[in-house]
Amino acid sequence: MDFIIDASYLAAAILFIIGLKQMSSPVTARRGIVWAGLGMLLATIVTFGTPELLESEHFTVNLSLIIAGIAIGGGYAWVSGKRVAMTDMPQMIAMYNGMGGGAAATIAAVELLKAGEANPGAGAAAYLGVDVAILAILGAVIGTISFSGSIIAWAKLDGRLHLNKIVPGQHFVNALLAIATVVFAILVYFSVDVTTIAIFFALALILGIFITVPVGGADMPVIISLFNALTGLAVGFEGYVLGNAAMIIAGIVVGSAGSLLTHLMAVAMNRSVANVFFAGVGTGPAAAVSGEQEMKEIQAQDAGILMAFADQAIIIPGYGMAVAQAQHKIWELVQLLNERGVKVKFAIHPVAGRMPGHMNVLLAEAGVPYDMIYDMEDINADFKNTTVTLIIGANDVVNPSAKIDTSSPLYGMPILDAMDTDNVIVVKRGRGAGFSGVENPLFFADNTKMLFGDGQKAANELIQAVKEL
Amino acid sequence: MIEGLAAIYIFLLAGFTGYEIIARVPVILHTPLMSGSNFVHGIVLVGAMYALGISETTTEQVIGFLAVLLAAGNAVGGYVVTERMLEMFKSSNKPGKAAGD
Repeated sequence: MDFIIDASYLAAAILFIIGLKQMSSPVTARRGIVWAGLGMLLATIVTFGTPELLESEHFTVNLSLIIAGIAIGGGYAWVSGKRVAMTDMPQMIAMYNGMGGGAAATIAAVELLKAGEANPGAGAAAYLGVDVAILAILGAVIGTISFSGSIIAWAKLDGRLHLNKIVPGQHFVNALLAIATVVFAILVYFSVDVTTIAIFFALALILGIFITVPVGGADMPVIISLFNALTGLAVGFEGYVLGNAAMIIAGIVVGSAGSLLTHLMAVAMNRSVANVFFAGVGTGPAAAVSGEQEMKEIQAQDAGILMAFADQAIIIPGYGMAVAQAQHKIWELVQLLNERGVKVKFAIHPVAGRMPGHMNVLLAEAGVPYDMIYDMEDINADFKNTTVTLIIGANDVVNPSAKIDTSSPLYGMPILDAMDTDNVIVVKRGRGAGFSGVENPLFFADNTKMLFGDGQKAANELIQAVKEL
Repeated sequence: MIEGLAAIYIFLLAGFTGYEIIARVPVILHTPLMSGSNFVHGIVLVGAMYALGISETTTEQVIGFLAVLLAAGNAVGGYVVTERMLEMFKSSNKPGKAAGD
């Protein structure tokens, strides 16, 4: 039986790697998740046959609890995962990721408690061995931080939490908390009594909350990706503790893939990972707009005419469009414009939406073919040959301060050069600053007109305007 | 059991594998891939099942149950959202069809 289980775990790990590899290309991506899913199913099923489980004194109770846990946890995730809107995907990923981190941490808790019961008063190493004890504790810290941090990330992205600061001198307090957590991690290593373990986990929980709260909204994807990598690492470490090859391989693969992905995302936003943690964008008061600049308003009818008679139009969609569920309407508008001979392109900033690639998913959902969708590098030179650019729900990714204003928090972030177009139409709900809380001078530029209103409503009006011509 | 040097080999090789998988991935797949890797670490479920399965005291059972609950959420949720996201890429592969409706 042991051999079958070990072989199945190895097979599962291989299936995960094949699955992830296939997910890295659009052609095979859909097959990839199925392969990985099969691996998971195989590993889960053979685990029921583990001899230690079957021989346990509490076999019936434990087995019932396992089945109940899978049914409740899995059932909740199944329903919520099926229901969640595409726009809310990032926070849902954060939530599931946090659950994984929490699971790794609780496994460590069980192992540490066992060590304490076996040798009261002794260190963790006495029961577990030096290597296992260290990795169990490391996995516990990482998993717990990933758990509480991911929950905060979920709450912030889901609009349930608007806090940017818990205490004055947050970064200093965070540093103290981090030190305290390390101290207790060391204490747990030398003496695994219940109180020490409890304080240790409580500290790690609070640390996760405290380091995530100050992170600015625009940086959330980087944090979620980082926590994803951390959970992978924690799972890998706990895999070593349990001597489980599938957990080690899958966990470490995710840990390293996730770290690289985090780095790529941070680069796309011109931020370093350290920067994300230690300086929240837009947490200070938003910079006042200099001079007495005014936004110039345009009516949907005029905007529609402008677009209908353009040679080429570029649409820059942002998260606001997706929130308003306007992508289907925008696609309808594009089809109308195409019929009139207007060439339309979609320009996607690397971090449009809430994560790299998120906007592509949302447009694909609406049925926009991907040969109309252009990356930043491919389209930036094209803006000056374009009659009109329609910006809907995007803000920071077209903010020219990122190029010219060294004092701007966005300075250095690559942007879409919408300001090079003859006419810029911005669909925006109100006059406020963007997601990052930074004012956008593009909105006050001479060639920019504002079309105020909800994305859905504005798109409808534009469609009407074009139809009536 | 995996110990000592063998474990270090596995850690290193798995690390390189993860790096290799991500290194040349197009931006449009970043989100689905993050979601996919989120699903993969749902393998923590087997560890959670094991931890609960061998638990002896009530405290261990409670914590172990929590572990299984959370891990199952990770695995199932990770699969469902990844699958849903990747499903979208089907329609964009056939633009003619998508534009027709």
